[in-house]
Amino acid sequence: MTNAAGFPILSLITWLPLVGCVIIMMVRGDEETIASNARWAALWTSLIVLALSLVLWVLFDQSDPGFQFNESVSWLPEYKVGYKMGVDGISVLFVLLSTLLTPICILSAWDVIKVKVREFMLSFLILETMMVGMFCATDFVLFYMFFEGVLIPMYLIIGIWGGPRRVYSAVKFFLYTLTGSVLMLLALIAMWVHAGTTDIVTLLHTPFPASMQTWLFLAFFASFAVKVPMWPVHTWLPDAHVEAPTAGSVILAGVLLKMGGYGFLRFSIPMLPDASTHFAPFMFALSVVAVIYTSLVALAQEDMKKLIAYSSVAHMGVVTIGMFTFNFQGIAGSIFQMLSHGIVSSALFLIVGVVYDRIHTREIARYGGLGDRMPSYALVFMLFTMASVGLPGTSGFVGEFLVIIGALQVNFWLALLGGMGMILGAAYMLWLYRRVIFGRITHADLRSILDLSPREWAVFAPLMVLTLWMGVYPSSFTSYFDASVGAMVQHHTAALATTTKLAGMVH
Amino acid sequence: MLYALAVFTPLAGAMVSGLLGRIIGDKAAMGASVLGMIVAAICGPLAFFQITAGNPPGLLDIGSWIESGRFHVDWALRYDTLSAVMVAMVTFVSMLIHVYSIGYMGHDARPRYRFFAYLSLFSFAMLMLVTADNLAQLFFGWEGVGLCSYLLIGYWYDRPSACAAAIKAFIVNRMADLPFAVGLALIFFKFGSIEFATIFPAVPQHLHDTYTLFGTTFPALEVIAFLLFIGAMGKSAQLGFHVWLPDAMEGPTPVSALIHAATMVTAGVFLVARMSPLMEYTPYALGFVTFIGASTALFAATIGCTQFDIKRVIAYSTCSQLGYMFAAAGVGVYQASIFHLITHAFFKALLFLSAGSVIHAMSDEQDMRKMGGLARKIPITAAVMWIGNLALAGIPPFAGYYSKDAIISATYAAGTPIGYYGFFCTVAAAALTAFYSWRLLFMTFHGKARADHHTMEHVHESPWVMLVPLILLATGAVVAGYLLSGWFIGAGWQHFWNGSIYNGAHNDVLARIEENPIWVDYIPLVVGLAGIAVAFVMYILNPLLPVRLSQTFSGPYRFVFNKWYFDELFDAILVQPSIRLARIFWQTGDATIIDGVPNGLAELTVDGSRQAVKIQTGSLAVYAFVMLIGVVVLIGVFMLSR
Repeated sequence: MTNAAGFPILSLITWLPLVGCVIIMMVRGDEETIASNARWAALWTSLIVLALSLVLWVLFDQSDPGFQFNESVSWLPEYKVGYKMGVDGISVLFVLLSTLLTPICILSAWDVIKVKVREFMLSFLILETMMVGMFCATDFVLFYMFFEGVLIPMYLIIGIWGGPRRVYSAVKFFLYTLTGSVLMLLALIAMWVHAGTTDIVTLLHTPFPASMQTWLFLAFFASFAVKVPMWPVHTWLPDAHVEAPTAGSVILAGVLLKMGGYGFLRFSIPMLPDASTHFAPFMFALSVVAVIYTSLVALAQEDMKKLIAYSSVAHMGVVTIGMFTFNFQGIAGSIFQMLSHGIVSSALFLIVGVVYDRIHTREIARYGGLGDRMPSYALVFMLFTMASVGLPGTSGFVGEFLVIIGALQVNFWLALLGGMGMILGAAYMLWLYRRVIFGRITHADLRSILDLSPREWAVFAPLMVLTLWMGVYPSSFTSYFDASVGAMVQHHTAALATTTKLAGMVH
Repeated sequence: MLYALAVFTPLAGAMVSGLLGRIIGDKAAMGASVLGMIVAAICGPLAFFQITAGNPPGLLDIGSWIESGRFHVDWALRYDTLSAVMVAMVTFVSMLIHVYSIGYMGHDARPRYRFFAYLSLFSFAMLMLVTADNLAQLFFGWEGVGLCSYLLIGYWYDRPSACAAAIKAFIVNRMADLPFAVGLALIFFKFGSIEFATIFPAVPQHLHDTYTLFGTTFPALEVIAFLLFIGAMGKSAQLGFHVWLPDAMEGPTPVSALIHAATMVTAGVFLVARMSPLMEYTPYALGFVTFIGASTALFAATIGCTQFDIKRVIAYSTCSQLGYMFAAAGVGVYQASIFHLITHAFFKALLFLSAGSVIHAMSDEQDMRKMGGLARKIPITAAVMWIGNLALAGIPPFAGYYSKDAIISATYAAGTPIGYYGFFCTVAAAALTAFYSWRLLFMTFHGKARADHHTMEHVHESPWVMLVPLILLATGAVVAGYLLSGWFIGAGWQHFWNGSIYNGAHNDVLARIEENPIWVDYIPLVVGLAGIAVAFVMYILNPLLPVRLSQTFSGPYRFVFNKWYFDELFDAILVQPSIRLARIFWQTGDATIIDGVPNGLAELTVDGSRQAVKIQTGSLAVYAFVMLIGVVVLIGVFMLSR
């Protein structure tokens, strides 16, 4: 158990946003003062959290495949449940992704959210605590609490600050994700009964009997597949995105979808190697369908946010293909693709938000010809369009390409069909871009539309830098998870070999 | 150092003019872009001459790019003859196009910094492609030129046709890029690397590797070569994937010149040459290369004979000439295909830019039916365009004669059935090439003027900033073939290419060209002259003849005129079904079936609770009655069980 920081940094990052919440709640005064103070307090809190999480970035030991910055406090000793925190190569960058996107969301909601500003900021800070806690938890019970806890602020964000059908969407979102989670709770209890502990590190090295693995896998699948979301349990996502406020969409696409992928990587694949291998073809089938089906559906959309929401499902299909190849490039590619998607799809939702704030519609047909009036916007939009279609030199390429390389080691058709997003993605994104940016201005209200404001530039600039950085020099990110992925692949191979040997002894 | 400058100054120019264009002003941005390109055009050819002077090939490592387990690629510049030739050509031709654009885009209403930034970025992407040391970086340039072509074809983004053409170009390219990317993955799977320095020496060890597809076992190298070639077909607009190229004419004319001559379409040919150490061991894939190349050469030439848009004629001619290059590569004479690539770059850039000069003079008219008799009004343009067409048609001593003849002879010398097929197609295409070239010249510059009085009065020679590049290119179109043939395909080719193009031990086609019968050498020239004669008869002596012919043979004519209905075919089998499928998936799949289940469950719950609610009537009497029944039942049960 090591902690390079010398102080409980993970707990600090996790719980600091709640301190911000307390500060915001203590503010008194008229509505205007409260709103303004809440904004600033939330921004500063999230920026301090971001700065703290950069300590992780610097101090993280890239050669260590195990958990670092560990903390352990006895919590329910009679049940062997503890308050345990730690990050490894797989989770550390997701922590950073969460702490990066939170201030961006707060900044993007600055003038846009006008009612209940304080409550909005509170929800976001609570959400940050839950997200970071979830990626840091190394105890299953703790993980489960954070995993479920994320639902509550997100439910409120959609349900209170959302669009006209917000209640339907919020309830749909809640029920879908909760149904899966209940099954995960059962799996959690079963694992605890079997292993006698909920410590994730111990569980990772506990072999589960093959028949049990199948049921555990299905239970996890129910929970994580909804979160990813995999086809055919994806329909909550477009609805949730369409109704959510921009900042909500950003965090939903940027971080919440990654919880499913992270769950597969943290639990299903390493803890249930036999079942994962057994179910891999099934996962591939669902993923390939997701890539092709949702890309086509995206092509037909008339609502900007829905289009990008469907594209998210397609991109996450690539992620699930990658991780179930069980080889280095596939898993590394899927992690990278998740990080890249976290940046790029967030940016795309922000891009929709920019014009939505001005014209108050997401209908694609209401736009057109923005290139003349908004050259900076057109440039930013083009960059993220290209990142979304996976142009080399942007972050989108690296993950997708590594997944194709990983997939080909499994099956030719998996690589080819899983790569269909390269074509269909280009089709729906360029078609979107053409309808919004190109052409002549035909709607009178677009003639006086304003280009990006300095605040919006501040929102986009870090995302643009990251997209290009991840595309041109991805090693500075892959190096964080290389050791962990390597260990994971080895662990998987070894576990399968043991099973085969055991099977040989029985016969 | 020179080499790196040649590659990166265009990028710098693009950045300055693209990102700072609005701040530093249009003129300064344009200056930055053109200046960057001029520096590159000095360094690029110098680096090439250094290597011909005996500079050793090398590698300029810039830094690591992607690392993931065993997978590793670097950003690096490969410096060998093949790359250096391409760099010299790309920088030089692109520089002339930049200079020309200063004049051509002078009247454009929009600020021009965006245009120049794209042009420079385009050149940079192409330079990264040709200097790549591994297939991933090649793919970077490959996709980069795809992006830039998209941006430039759609440059006039307020025109719906330009937007459609831009999207079409990108997506058709992407359709070919997917198999290409899968091919890279297969190379990694088999070789454990996608770096040239690792792959090429390892090829002989993998000759007997197999790969199973469609339940059949194929040699792995063949599968790889096929997948890569599909990528090349997309970029180089070969049969089936050619549909984006003519539509790409929607971009400003300098863009057409850049796409068709220096960058983009030549990438596929370059790829095949670059991969020659692997392709040499894949006879079936090579046969396919020749088959596609030769077929495209002939097919595109037929369409070129019927088009009326001056740029489209030249566009189909590009398509056809690229077919020539592949035909040569497929019989193993990569040297001739690169040779033709270089000479073609000169005369095709020349043709497009002089067509631009014509369009400029005609106040943006592109239809040749409304031209004619322009030679006296714009003599310099007419003269250079004559030179370009002489080179294209392969009339000695112009550049095309050397390279095109080499290709036609090589297909014959190969002595294989597919080689003879290539020979037949390329000779037939040579006749058609000469025909449509002179059809273009006669319709544009000679005969009666068909434009209205008003337009004819406006016809004027272009400014010098446009004419000087034309004259330089014309010089290249005259002398490039004579000067370069010794190096590229002469006796000392082994020394010149220095291993950058590989011929297997079994491949002596280049040497066997000398043994061809004498008639093989003369036939391209003979059919070319015949083509010119036919064009003279049809467009000068008897201008009504073409109309009558097209009416007499209206069926075949319409078939060819409508480009063999490829666009309609793809629309019917790819585009429309995708759109229909998209609607079905969305409306029926998602909204009705998938959402039907949870929504149905929700309704079931609501209905159920409604029924349950009915029990709670709120009437005390009913409650009391029900309670009474309950008590009776309880007592009854109690009594019975005793």
